[in-house]
Amino acid sequence: MESLMTVEDLKKYFPVMGGVLRKKVADVKAVDGVTFDIYKGETFGVVGESGCGKTTLAKTLLRLLSPNAGHIFYNTPQDVAESIRSLEKDNPKSKTLKRLLKQYDHAYASGSRLRKLRRHMQIVYQDPTTSLDPRMLVKDIVAEPLVSQGLQRGGSTIGRVLETLQMVGLTEKHLYRYPHEFSGGQRQRIAVARAIITSPEFIVLDEPTSSVDVSVRAQLLNMFQDLQKDLGLTYMFISHDLSVVECISDRVAVMYLGKIVEQAKTSELFKNPLHPYAQALFNSIPVPDPTRRRERAPLSGEPPSPVNPPAGCRFHPRCSLATNTCEREEPPLVDVGDGHYVACFAVNR
Amino acid sequence: MENQQTVAQIKDLYLNFYTYDGVVKALDGITLDIKKGEILGLVGETGSGKSVTSLSLLSIVIPPGRIEKGHVEINLKGKTYDLLSLNDATMSCVRGKYISMIFQEPRAALNPVYTIGDQIGEVFFHHRKAELIESAITQLRMDLETASGLKAAIYKRELSLYEKMRDDPKSRTVWLAQKIPIVNRFRNRMKGAARRYIVDMLKSLNIPDPGRVIDMYPHELSGGMAQRAVIAMSLSCNPVMLIADEPTTSLDVTVQVQILLLIKDLQRRLHTSILYVTHDLGVVAETCDRVAVLYAGNVAEIAGVIDLFKKPLHPYTQALLESIPRPGHKFVSIRGTVPSLVSPPKGCRFYDRCDYAHDRCIHVEPELIEVEKNHSVSCHLYYGET
Repeated sequence: MESLMTVEDLKKYFPVMGGVLRKKVADVKAVDGVTFDIYKGETFGVVGESGCGKTTLAKTLLRLLSPNAGHIFYNTPQDVAESIRSLEKDNPKSKTLKRLLKQYDHAYASGSRLRKLRRHMQIVYQDPTTSLDPRMLVKDIVAEPLVSQGLQRGGSTIGRVLETLQMVGLTEKHLYRYPHEFSGGQRQRIAVARAIITSPEFIVLDEPTSSVDVSVRAQLLNMFQDLQKDLGLTYMFISHDLSVVECISDRVAVMYLGKIVEQAKTSELFKNPLHPYAQALFNSIPVPDPTRRRERAPLSGEPPSPVNPPAGCRFHPRCSLATNTCEREEPPLVDVGDGHYVACFAVNR
Repeated sequence: MENQQTVAQIKDLYLNFYTYDGVVKALDGITLDIKKGEILGLVGETGSGKSVTSLSLLSIVIPPGRIEKGHVEINLKGKTYDLLSLNDATMSCVRGKYISMIFQEPRAALNPVYTIGDQIGEVFFHHRKAELIESAITQLRMDLETASGLKAAIYKRELSLYEKMRDDPKSRTVWLAQKIPIVNRFRNRMKGAARRYIVDMLKSLNIPDPGRVIDMYPHELSGGMAQRAVIAMSLSCNPVMLIADEPTTSLDVTVQVQILLLIKDLQRRLHTSILYVTHDLGVVAETCDRVAVLYAGNVAEIAGVIDLFKKPLHPYTQALLESIPRPGHKFVSIRGTVPSLVSPPKGCRFYDRCDYAHDRCIHVEPELIEVEKNHSVSCHLYYGET
């Protein structure tokens, strides 16, 4: 499969300021060395507990945040990526490297190049009540990306807006209304319309169904799947609702404290999770079957703070398989076959 | 199951909200009963009246809401009280002591400027003062035996104050003593007693290092810990009934399991009845003994949890269970939307989304009838069978 986006060792730290002079005293390591590929036309699911860096990762990919280190190769030719890698190893201060990074690495893009890239990648946020401006009409909300990207002028957008609204199941009569006149599900449709109007290739769906009811959730998820088929979109689907991720994603990555601990095809991962954290996480999902009740919690305690994460494997204080090695060394993400990656010494040994 | 005593009962409750858009008929004749020592799940979508129902059990009605008619009854020591007819002072003795509540967002339920110990202690001072005084007196008597000289004189003074407090709660002397600095330190003994109770309480909720947690502020605790503190607060008087309003919605799945197991364990140990409000069917399946499904201010179905999941009768319950995502299948949604409660449909409130709707559903409102043993449903489909 062709790769749309290759992410290598991506890091995003937020500084913690302290003291009288407001100096930097520590880092919140929200995303700490993440490597993965997103293939064209697939849905890449990202799961994990709150605070594990899912949303930060998404925002960094879209360059709404600037990464501290790492590469994001988006539609970059293979040979260029190769030469960047070799140059970085041999001659990290060369001018050629700088030029290549600026031109081809999404992590270093800026100015008009970044602006042009933005129309190819969009995001749908969790809560449409806060992501839609309450004082704008629907037609203006949906047209805004076109106008700000300079693709079309304000007056001429109406045809395109209507076309897009119809794609997400809204009609002409919704054009001249304000967001508060819609239900939660419809608002999320407006947010989706705004995201797809610039015909992007890549859309991040950041918990798009967590603010709506069960009956509406299914309608939205079906719409996402239909749009993907019709427009050839690639999704990154972030959620903590594991049952939804299981149904919608092709591949899934499990994050814990800023790192990917396991990544595999959805069916493989849910059937055969290898990392102890992934196992515990999947075991924690409440099963809608009253005859199967659990007596013990699969995992005790809560995730530690990402300001000073545990040394070695970040999961070792809560892990039942932890050994001395886990306390000292950080396990690398290793392929155990068929695109199934795990970062755990107990599995890889 | 049938011999179980009913702890609380909601009878034919109608509640309206008077808004600018019109009268929202939020609850339309809700009838529920909660039996002793069971966990009753209350399931429904947003706006189905779950929270309003649970709040009305504490006789809390948020304006512009108003209870039109109906009864909320609670059985205490063999007597039945109608909560809606009690005055505010009596009601505040009931809240927290006999019925208490766990809210959805633990951080919002706790006061950020008081320590956990202070906040749980408040419940003790309000509802269990007599016990605290008794405990302080016993301790003072013990101390008196070993003390001598000035210390003994001070202890004697304190003892007489406590005894006065016990015999005459409205005593002027005690009131005055509490107002004078230095003298009012005698209250520290009561605080100490409360502290011991609270530490025991926190320990029983699996909070590590309770002696330290008791002096912490809410922001220092993680979400799961804060929720445990709220649970400790709500259980501090051994209530006969506990209302849990989506207590795990704001928590992560791994912590959610811990809290669910804790609640189940407490229910087994203390025989408290729990009304568990949630929208997550997975959580219901794991915790509840019986389930009531609410739809647009009506009870659609009440049944034992296994019956409900194995054999749902109401079309809405069936649709709700089908909408649980299953891998490899297309997502199933319920067509249409929840009707506006300002002008709800005259007949069954679900008829325009229902696959089995017929003429009768449009005109006549179905009543909740017991179709099978302990399985009631309000749907015209089942009228012939009884």
